[in-house]
Amino acid sequence: MLNSYRNFATQDTADSTHFNTATGIGLLSCHQCGKLWKSAKQGDRCKHCNATLHTRKPDSINRTWALVIAACIMYIPANMMPVMITSTFFESHQDTILSGIIFFWVSGEWGLAAVVFIASFLVPLLKLASLFILLISAQQKSTWRQLERAKLYRMVELIGRWSMLDVFVVSLLVGLVQIQGFAQISAGVGIVAFGAVVVLTMLASISFDPRLIWDTANSHNDAQQTQPTDITNTGIARSPEKTLQERT
Amino acid sequence: MHEISDLTVCEQCDAVFQKLSLANGEIARCTRCGNEMDRNAQQRRNHLLPLTIASLIIFVIANIFPIVEMELQGLHSQTTLLGAVLSLTTEGISMVALLVLATTILFPFMQMLILFYLLVPSKHPDNRPGFSLLIRVMQMLRPWGMIEVFLLGVLVALIKLSNMATIIPGIALWAFCMLTVMLTVVVSFNPRYLWQLEESEQ
Repeated sequence: MLNSYRNFATQDTADSTHFNTATGIGLLSCHQCGKLWKSAKQGDRCKHCNATLHTRKPDSINRTWALVIAACIMYIPANMMPVMITSTFFESHQDTILSGIIFFWVSGEWGLAAVVFIASFLVPLLKLASLFILLISAQQKSTWRQLERAKLYRMVELIGRWSMLDVFVVSLLVGLVQIQGFAQISAGVGIVAFGAVVVLTMLASISFDPRLIWDTANSHNDAQQTQPTDITNTGIARSPEKTLQERT
Repeated sequence: MHEISDLTVCEQCDAVFQKLSLANGEIARCTRCGNEMDRNAQQRRNHLLPLTIASLIIFVIANIFPIVEMELQGLHSQTTLLGAVLSLTTEGISMVALLVLATTILFPFMQMLILFYLLVPSKHPDNRPGFSLLIRVMQMLRPWGMIEVFLLGVLVALIKLSNMATIIPGIALWAFCMLTVMLTVVVSFNPRYLWQLEESEQ
């Protein structure tokens, strides 16, 4: 049974022209429960779960741009302003995100320095860069490396949360080191900006619609020419590693 | 408007596929973008309810007891997660306090409670009040529960402090470790598959 499904798209021709999309053949899928509807309009309610149906996330590009730009602006104070202020009897010093990482490096905690460097510095930066690439290429309806961009999007979604690390570290240190007059750690303004960067980039990746990666100029033309009788593309590819993930 | 039940659509690239019936534990991936489209979650479900209950219990322990105790020249200091949130509020940065409260306490707790409610056996499983609304809430909360990131944060903070003071790990630290492992299984369960479970119950 399962082998009888035809597979039109082979690995080397995995570009959008070989696939029929739901939008191209006039179907609407529910984001919520995955049910597929024929002759439904944009804005209709799903009969199964009552969610609003739409072909793409509403206003995706504009919203994502707004959030990414806001995140870029907040990125500057997040890295320039102190995130943590340590005061003891004799001295008081301020830490930024980077000086905290340098402190770990200098004191010989290389592994830890690497972890914090990746989570607090590299991840937000790469995330902003990735969102820029995704947005610009989606706006130009580019066919450049679509599969890689789809993977990039999933990666951004997956790792974005880890940059909250520094927010948690500061909260915990502030909560713990409150020995009046002797040693006290308080939070700096930088951590507010840093938290904002994390939240804004997460919102940006949520509001970006990955289907825009595949909405290229030729995919629509091609889809409209297709006869309704051969609308299915292929059987779903079964993951070769599925047996490894079988038991959880 | 009528349903097409023999086709399915990849939610990440909009490609249309013929639906396949999956055997236990099998995963269907989109051949265009590689996204996981469907998964037979029958077996997973059996583990899910007990794990959710256990997570709830450990979650309570993790929040009642102090995470860590610090000793500095005879002076003691300790904090729970909520205590850390509260001292952020007194610091005047309630925005960050709210963010920490939401991502480490409120959202994970809501996720667990909703999952518990949706999974607990009932006489009329097809008629559970608020089913679709709660699944929507679950899907929205999903990226924002950050217990595992918090655990890494605790470890970083501990190493940072261990240079200047004596650190005694509290009960809640171990509880958070266990919770992270369990929530990885519980929360990684895509709420979309709860629809699949609902259908099989009918």
